[in-house]
Amino acid sequence: MSDHPDLAKLIFGRLTWEAIPLHEPILLYTFIAVALGGIAVLGAITYFRLWGYLWREWFTSIDHKKIGIMYMVLGLVMLLRGFADAIMMRLQQAVAFGDSAGYLPPHHYDQIFTAHGVIMIFFVAMPIVTGLMNYIVPLQIGARDVAFPFLNNFSFWMTTAGAVLVMMSLFVGEFARTGWLAYPPLSGIAASPDVGVDYYIWALQIAGVGTLLSGVNLLVTIIKMRAPGMKLMQMPVFTWTALCTNVLIVAAFPVLTAVLALLSLDRYLGFHVFTNELGGNAMMYVNLIWIWGHPEVYILILPMFGVFSEVVSTFSRKRLFGYTSMVYASIVITVLAYLVWLHHFFTMGSGASVNSFFGITTMIISIPTGAKIFNWLFTMYRGRITFELPMMWTVAFMVTFAIGGMTGVLLAVPPADFSLHNSLFLIAHFHNVIIGGVLFGAFAAINFWFPKAFGFKLDPFWGKCSFWLWVVGFYFAFMPLYVLGLMGVTRRLNHFEDPSLQIWFQIAAFGAVLIALGIACMLIQFVVSFRRREALRDVTGDPWGGRTLEWSTSSPPPAYNFAFTPQVHDSDAWWQMKEHGYRRPLSGFIDVHMPKNTGAGIILAGISTVLGFALIWQMWPLVVLAFVSLLATAIGHTFNYKRDFYIPATEVAAVEAARTEQLASHV
Amino acid sequence: MGAEAREPLQFHLETEHHPQNGTLLGFWLYLMSDCLIFACMFAVYGVLGRSYAGGPTGAEIFELPLVAVNTSLLLLSSITYGFAMLEMQRNRQRGTLIWLAITGLLGAGFIGIELYEFTHLIADGAGPQRSAFLSSFFTLVGTHGLHVSCGIIWLITLMVQVSKKGLIAENKRRLWCLSMFWHFLDVVWVGVFSFVYLMGVLP
Amino acid sequence: MFIKALRGLLLPAVLLLTGCQTVLMSPSGDMALQQRDLIVISLILMLLIIVPVIALTLFFAWRYRASNKKAIYRPDWDHSTVLELLIWSAPLLIIIALGALTWVSTHKLDPFRPLERLSQGREVPADVKPLVVEVVALDWKWLFIYPEQGIATVNELAAPVDRPIQFKITASTVMNSFFIPALAGQIYAMPGMETKLHAVINKPGVYEGFSANYSGAGFSGMHFKFHGVSESEFTQWVAQAKQGSALNRDAYLRLEKPSENEPVSRFSSVAPDLYEAIVNLCVKPGTPCMHETMMKDAARAGQPAAGEHGMHDMANMEH
Repeated sequence: MSDHPDLAKLIFGRLTWEAIPLHEPILLYTFIAVALGGIAVLGAITYFRLWGYLWREWFTSIDHKKIGIMYMVLGLVMLLRGFADAIMMRLQQAVAFGDSAGYLPPHHYDQIFTAHGVIMIFFVAMPIVTGLMNYIVPLQIGARDVAFPFLNNFSFWMTTAGAVLVMMSLFVGEFARTGWLAYPPLSGIAASPDVGVDYYIWALQIAGVGTLLSGVNLLVTIIKMRAPGMKLMQMPVFTWTALCTNVLIVAAFPVLTAVLALLSLDRYLGFHVFTNELGGNAMMYVNLIWIWGHPEVYILILPMFGVFSEVVSTFSRKRLFGYTSMVYASIVITVLAYLVWLHHFFTMGSGASVNSFFGITTMIISIPTGAKIFNWLFTMYRGRITFELPMMWTVAFMVTFAIGGMTGVLLAVPPADFSLHNSLFLIAHFHNVIIGGVLFGAFAAINFWFPKAFGFKLDPFWGKCSFWLWVVGFYFAFMPLYVLGLMGVTRRLNHFEDPSLQIWFQIAAFGAVLIALGIACMLIQFVVSFRRREALRDVTGDPWGGRTLEWSTSSPPPAYNFAFTPQVHDSDAWWQMKEHGYRRPLSGFIDVHMPKNTGAGIILAGISTVLGFALIWQMWPLVVLAFVSLLATAIGHTFNYKRDFYIPATEVAAVEAARTEQLASHV
Repeated sequence: MGAEAREPLQFHLETEHHPQNGTLLGFWLYLMSDCLIFACMFAVYGVLGRSYAGGPTGAEIFELPLVAVNTSLLLLSSITYGFAMLEMQRNRQRGTLIWLAITGLLGAGFIGIELYEFTHLIADGAGPQRSAFLSSFFTLVGTHGLHVSCGIIWLITLMVQVSKKGLIAENKRRLWCLSMFWHFLDVVWVGVFSFVYLMGVLP
Repeated sequence: MFIKALRGLLLPAVLLLTGCQTVLMSPSGDMALQQRDLIVISLILMLLIIVPVIALTLFFAWRYRASNKKAIYRPDWDHSTVLELLIWSAPLLIIIALGALTWVSTHKLDPFRPLERLSQGREVPADVKPLVVEVVALDWKWLFIYPEQGIATVNELAAPVDRPIQFKITASTVMNSFFIPALAGQIYAMPGMETKLHAVINKPGVYEGFSANYSGAGFSGMHFKFHGVSESEFTQWVAQAKQGSALNRDAYLRLEKPSENEPVSRFSSVAPDLYEAIVNLCVKPGTPCMHETMMKDAARAGQPAAGEHGMHDMANMEH
């Protein structure tokens, strides 16, 4: 390579051997562990000859159920990475006092907190939310699949491509050291000349394509593909919140795309949009990114509000209290989500009237949110509550979220925010709502719908272990941060002088350890449940006494979801069918029209990953090659007109007969 | 619940249910999201459009006659696309293809003139690196140009597909989508022309 | 489960009590004190609704458990107009109260607004002029310029007790946030822009100050001591600074270079208009000053000049 430095530079761009962090022991060991783990997994897949199965049945699948499950797997795998970052930060902050610099130098620590934020929001919370909507929404509205099944597969793989790029930054080069929103001028080329911010930009751009398309897809699915008879005001609440969330996605993600594109023009081509020089304006970046960023939080939490609504009415064995006000509350939140972005930077010198306006709009959001909490309360009122795992997570959510909501409204008072902005109080607040809301919701949802997806319930013992460790661990980890915030401790510090703070950080680190055990219990729960699957088997398809259509079909549902499209008369459609003594038809089956699998999604996303990597390292020949093949593959795919097929009636009849037998064995 | 007292409710369909096709709605939603990208670019131009940083102003660099030609090419291409769609509705494949080709040529002319304008600006030292005004100008106009280029590639693809498969339902649906895309870009250009070029040369 | 949930309730309460001794809950400057009062009042207002909600959640969860067959079970009860009105109006009322409080306090405690009082019941005397301090966030240290005294310091700040201070705040390259929790809330320091903070320290003492917005590798070491002192001690402190070297443009350009954990240093004199040049990003000889460029741009665009300080106004739309 050294003989032809110019040629090497042309082909490899900025990539040299120095980019591989062999000199950082932590990263080296991580890399060895990940490499060994990866080889073991790939070896096992090869040994058990699973490649063909995975490719045919999963990677190329356009079945919304399988895609939903793959999203959840992606989210949970990335949760492990994001949490590893979290516990490393907690450990650093618990030891780095006075003379001790801790074990993470700023260069490494700053990457970790940036990666933690980016991964948790984009590659944990978003895949989990999207996965849930993907799995549940078509079933709840009585559809066979989403409106654009191929796009759905493509969206998933683009999200995965983004996650792959972020993971690559761990071992090739480095990640951004800017905080998760990468404000310029810090993220500009002058202050961050290395590849970190470029990894950030391209990972989010590629994943963003997936998110946007999935938003369009689910919107059209909900608007166009509801079962006959299902009026808008008869949609299950989860579907309603999914609708609101996807409206937010379609109307917010383009702003992120635009703002990141502008930042990359500044970095790659020397534009002056957000720079200090020649008229650039960094404040504009801050405004634009939060115009996306604030709706983003509601994108995450709204579907979880839907989950809690389903869980609370199912386990209280009651109709949901205040369905109409629940729906309007979601809509009000959706609209108001766009009118509050400035509350993230009250301290950047806006005038008092501007600050008050955005402070008050923020508080107004707490009104519909409060109404929702009361609705769940009155759903429990005069119910018959069984405390299965989803319900336990819901009660924990209601208590935790109330506290997080309160501190959130407090931060919306601008003069209070002047003291609390960027402090650990703020960190405690948003973890309080994101863990207490989004993650608790995700765990409620996983425990609730797992039997639907896999045909057996999750083991309750290990589930309860996980629940208590998570909830107690959460309070230990984040209540100290509220106190530290009141002590005037700010975020993102990797070293402290004042020894009196240390005890609080140690308590927080202890909480993080409890959460780690909670995650371990959750993994054990999956393994144990799989091994005890016969004992935990759900043969009815309706293990909890469900109320909506997904419980009317078998667990797991057949590829076509419903042998006959349901006819809906009520918001609790399946509950009403049960009350009317509905009997599933045993004959008269018809051919079912279904979309066909395709490998185009994973191939396009694979090429996109290469394109992103080449752009990050400025390997221009590879950029051109990847771009041309991306275009060619995309165009080639449009020449494929045979995208659907019919499942013959005989096959449907066989599947349904097997279910009849299964149901009979149960009784 | 006195179920038996009521009319028995039907809880499933006996025949296969074919939901409405959502492609056009989906494409509309995509266009609206794209519109937001343009909205951001317009907003950025609105903020930075007078930050010349001592460099050239719009009045000094915009050549209105050239831009007028450019604008008319694009507007004309929208009309010719309309003719293509009329032909398509009459199921006349040849007519459709001819009008599509004319549309594509007009679009290519538009891109050609835009590239000419850009290279001249850069050669004259008025490239996007010169000032925030020029950065935002190149971004906004360039984003539009990129869209038109994608539109032309798509148009060629569709012409091949129509000539191979004929005016089948799928191809008609695709032509409708491209039609929406093409007219949408036209509307955006009207905004660019008025907001950037016309207002830029105003005293 | 209920024990756990109870802990969830008690823990924050206990923490709040310990929180009472923290710097934000017992500050030493009037601005911070008023912000503290606002935090406490808002919290109490919200607890009016949060406590019942949490209590009811736990009570209903216990009362309507499936094993309690004595409890009433109404599976089809899903609507009550009275209750719905109540659950929308209760939060609404609280938010109206809080919203009014927000509007008034945000204007009263606007950091750009000159102080009206030194502390509760003590107006600012008419003849007292505020002490002006020009604050520059550098990579990664703080530069404080005292134009009246003609001195400058790095990573050390002092002000006489009970004298209003006017901070003018900017940054050299990236965003920081200027924060002395005991004195007043924070405000961002941003390159090419100027923000302001008016505050007063009421008790003598040494307080922590730091950057509250992550700004790169040396961020953690970017803290300083703020000394609240008597008038005479302040005079002494100024005299001490007078023994340092001069802060001319060259010295500034050397100082501006990135450095971490910078010790305190003092400058006996400051080049004229240095701060103006820093705000307008034209300390280096030959760089055009932003406000001049903007005025020329505005003139060429046929628009009225954007004001003497040009970019100053970017950050504060109203001032």
